[in-house]
Amino acid sequence: MFVRLVYESFRRQTRRKLLIAIAVTLGAAVSTAMIAIAIDIGDKISHELRSYGANLVVTPADDSLDVQIGSVDLKPAGGALLNEADLPKIKGIFWRNNIVGFAPELSVNVKVGNRDATLIGTYFSKKLKFGTQEFTTGARSTFPWWKIEGVWPTDDSNQVLVGQKLAAEGGIEAGKEIQIDGKAYRVSGVFSTGGAEDQQIIASLSVAQTISQQPGAFRKIFVSAVTKPEDAFARRNPDSLTPADRDRWYCSPYPQSIAYQLQEVIPHSRAEQIRQVAQNEGNVLARIEGLMLLITLAALFTSGLAVSAAMATAMFERRQEIGLMKALGAGQFTLSGIFITESVLLACVGGLVGFAGGTFLARKLGYAIFGSAISVGPVLLPLILAIAIVVTFAGSAAAIRRAVKYDPVHALRGEA
Amino acid sequence: MNTRRHSTGAPMFLRMLARAAVLRKGTALSALLAIIVAAAAATAMLNLFVDVQTKLRKEFRGFGANIVVEAKNGASFTHDSLQQIESAVGEHGLAVPFAYAVAQTEKDQPVVIAGTDLGLVRKLNPWWAVSSWPNGTGQALIGIRAARVITSDGAPFALRYQGRTIRLSPAGTVRTGAGEDSRVYISLRDFQSWTGLQPSVVEIAAYGSPAEISSLLATLKADLPGADERPVRQVTEGEANILGKTRSTLLWSAVFIVCTAALCVLATLTGWLYDRRRDFAIMKAIGASDRVIALFVSGEAAVLACSGALLGFVVGTGIAAWIGRVNFHAPVAPRLDILPPVLAGCLVVTLIATLLPLRLLRQIQPAMILRGE
Repeated sequence: MFVRLVYESFRRQTRRKLLIAIAVTLGAAVSTAMIAIAIDIGDKISHELRSYGANLVVTPADDSLDVQIGSVDLKPAGGALLNEADLPKIKGIFWRNNIVGFAPELSVNVKVGNRDATLIGTYFSKKLKFGTQEFTTGARSTFPWWKIEGVWPTDDSNQVLVGQKLAAEGGIEAGKEIQIDGKAYRVSGVFSTGGAEDQQIIASLSVAQTISQQPGAFRKIFVSAVTKPEDAFARRNPDSLTPADRDRWYCSPYPQSIAYQLQEVIPHSRAEQIRQVAQNEGNVLARIEGLMLLITLAALFTSGLAVSAAMATAMFERRQEIGLMKALGAGQFTLSGIFITESVLLACVGGLVGFAGGTFLARKLGYAIFGSAISVGPVLLPLILAIAIVVTFAGSAAAIRRAVKYDPVHALRGEA
Repeated sequence: MNTRRHSTGAPMFLRMLARAAVLRKGTALSALLAIIVAAAAATAMLNLFVDVQTKLRKEFRGFGANIVVEAKNGASFTHDSLQQIESAVGEHGLAVPFAYAVAQTEKDQPVVIAGTDLGLVRKLNPWWAVSSWPNGTGQALIGIRAARVITSDGAPFALRYQGRTIRLSPAGTVRTGAGEDSRVYISLRDFQSWTGLQPSVVEIAAYGSPAEISSLLATLKADLPGADERPVRQVTEGEANILGKTRSTLLWSAVFIVCTAALCVLATLTGWLYDRRRDFAIMKAIGASDRVIALFVSGEAAVLACSGALLGFVVGTGIAAWIGRVNFHAPVAPRLDILPPVLAGCLVVTLIATLLPLRLLRQIQPAMILRGE
C-alpha cells in the first residue's frame, strides 16, 4: 500500500515531481562542479603560475660573487662550475613529477664583430634520459615569456639566437651569419624577453662550452617546479627535525624541500628558491584558492536554499491530498513516511543525475579555461547525495510538519 | 466603509495584492526566499567578479616592478628626468631609482654596490627576506652571498671606488635567490656622495589594468627620449594569464549559481501559481477579464521581485564584503551600479515564471477548475 501510494504519487503528479527533480538536479550539478573546481583550482593555478618561469636556482656551492649590472657580466673568468652529466638526475628526485622543466646556463663574454656581448649557453628543448625515462626540457619551458622571431635552434646545432636590442644595434637579422670570437655562426632567430637578455646572445650549451673551452660544464640551473605555498613548517631546518617530521617535510612539495632534494642530486651545489617567483606564487595561490573555497560555500548554500524553497512550495500545494489521506485514517507516522520517502527518492535521482551533469560541466570547464580536465573523484558522489537528501528534506520538513497538523476538514475545504 | 465599497481600480487592486500576500504568507514567503537567494547570489558574484581584478592585482604587485626605465648607453638620469618619471607615475605606482657601481672590497674582490631608496624598495619588493632594514647613513644591506665575502661577523667594512673609500656598517642581510644576493645596498645619498654617480635604472610598479600600464609606458617614452622603457614581460604576462583564468572560472561559477537560483525561482513560482488556479477561476467567474487577472498576477510578481531583489542585494553585498574581508583582508566595496541589472533580472525571471503558467490556465474553463477537474 505504502509503495503503491508513493508510486502513484510520482505517476500522477509528473509535472510537480519533474520541477522539483530539475531543481535538485541543477543544485547537485552546480555543487558537484563547484566542489570539483574548488578542489582542483590550486593544482590548476600552480601550473598556470609556471608562466612566471623558474622558481628555483641551483649554483655551485663555493661560487664567487656575481658581478653583473644589467646585461653586462663583469665577473672574472673562472669560478666554480657544475657538471652537465649530473643534470638528468633532477628527474630522479622524490618530487620529479613536480619539475615542469629546467635549463642550465653557462655565460661567456664574447666579441661579436668588434662589440662586447655576453653569450649564454642553455638547453632549448633538449631530449634527456634518466634511467628508462625520457623527457624534454630547456629554456622553452622555464622561460615561457621569451618571444622568438624566426625559429628556435636545435640543441645540437651551431645556430644562435640574438637579443632584440643587440640585433637592432648591429643590424643583425634572422638567417644571417655573425662572427662570434672570429668564428661564423648562423642566426636562426631574434628573441625578446623584456629583460637584460635582450642585449645578449643565446646558444646551445655545447656552443658555449666550446667557446669558453669548458666542456661538460655549466654555471647554474634554473628549475621550474610546481610547489606548495610555504608555511612555518616549511621554513624549519630539515636537519633539526625529528625523523618523522623530517619525512613529512621531505615529502611535501615546499620550495625548500625541492631545493634540498636538488642539492642532494647535484654534487657540490647550492639550491635556492628565487623568492620573487616562489614567494609571490604562494600568496597568489592562497588568495585564489581561498576565493574559490568561499564561493563554493556560497554556491552550496545558495543551491541548498533555492532547492529547499522549491520543495517547500511543492509541499504546500499538497494540503488537500494530505487532508484526504488523514480523513481516510492515515496516521502522522504514515504521512511523514510517505513524504520523506518521496523526497529521498527525488533527492537520490536528482543527486545522481546532477552528479553526472556536474562531472561533465567540470570537465568541460577545465578544458575551456585551463586546457586540461578537472576530474571529479567518485568519493564526491556520496557527499553530493547526502547534501541533496539533507537539502530536500530540510525544504520539506517544515511543510510536512505543518501538513500533518492540518485539520483535515479545513484542508479539504481549501481553507488552510 | 462607503468610500471603500465604491472604490474601484487602483485601491481595490492594491487591496487584493496586499490581502493575497497576507493570506498566503507561507507560500509567498518561500517564493520571496527563493528570489532573495537568487538576487543575493547574483549580487555577490557580480560584485566579486568586478572587484576581484583590483584585489588580485594588488597581490600581483608583490611580484615587483612591471616597468623598467633604463638610461641608454651607460648614461644616467639627471635630477630633472628622475622627477619627470616620478610625476608621470604619480599616485598610480611606485618608482624606485637604482644606481650601480662596481667597488673593490678590502681583499680586492669586485662587488656590485647599489644605491637606492631602501624605504621604497621595501614596498616594491616585499619578497626580499631581510634580517633588518638599515635606517641611517653609513649603514648597508648586504646580500647573503656578498656578506660571506665582505664581513663575517657583522663588523664594519670598507669599500673602494676609484680611489675613494667608504666605511659602512652592516645593518642586515638580504636573501632573494637572485642577483641581489651578491650585492650591497646603501642609501642613494651615501652612494652619490661617495661615487658621484646618478641613478641609471628606475624600476616602476604601476598599478592598474594593462591599458593603463601601456598608457603610462607611452607617457614615459614621450617624456624621456634618452631612455629605454620596457615592460617586464615575465611579470606582466604571468599576471594577465592568471587573472584571465581566475576571472573566467569566477564568471562560469557565477553563471552556474545564478542559473540554478533563477530556475528554482521559476519552479517555486510556477508551483505557487498552479496552486492558486481556483482563485483565478473564481475571479474569472465573478467577471474578471483575462487581462485583469494577468495584471493582478504580474503586479504581485513585480512586488515580490522588487522586494526580493532589494533584500537580496543587501544580503549579497554583505556576502561579497565578507568574502573580501576573509580572503583579501580588505572589504569589497558595495556597488550600487549592480542593483539595476539584479532588479531587472529578478523582474524578468518572476514575470516569466508567473505569466507562462497563466497562459496555460487561461485555456481552461473556470467551471472545470472549480469542479476540481
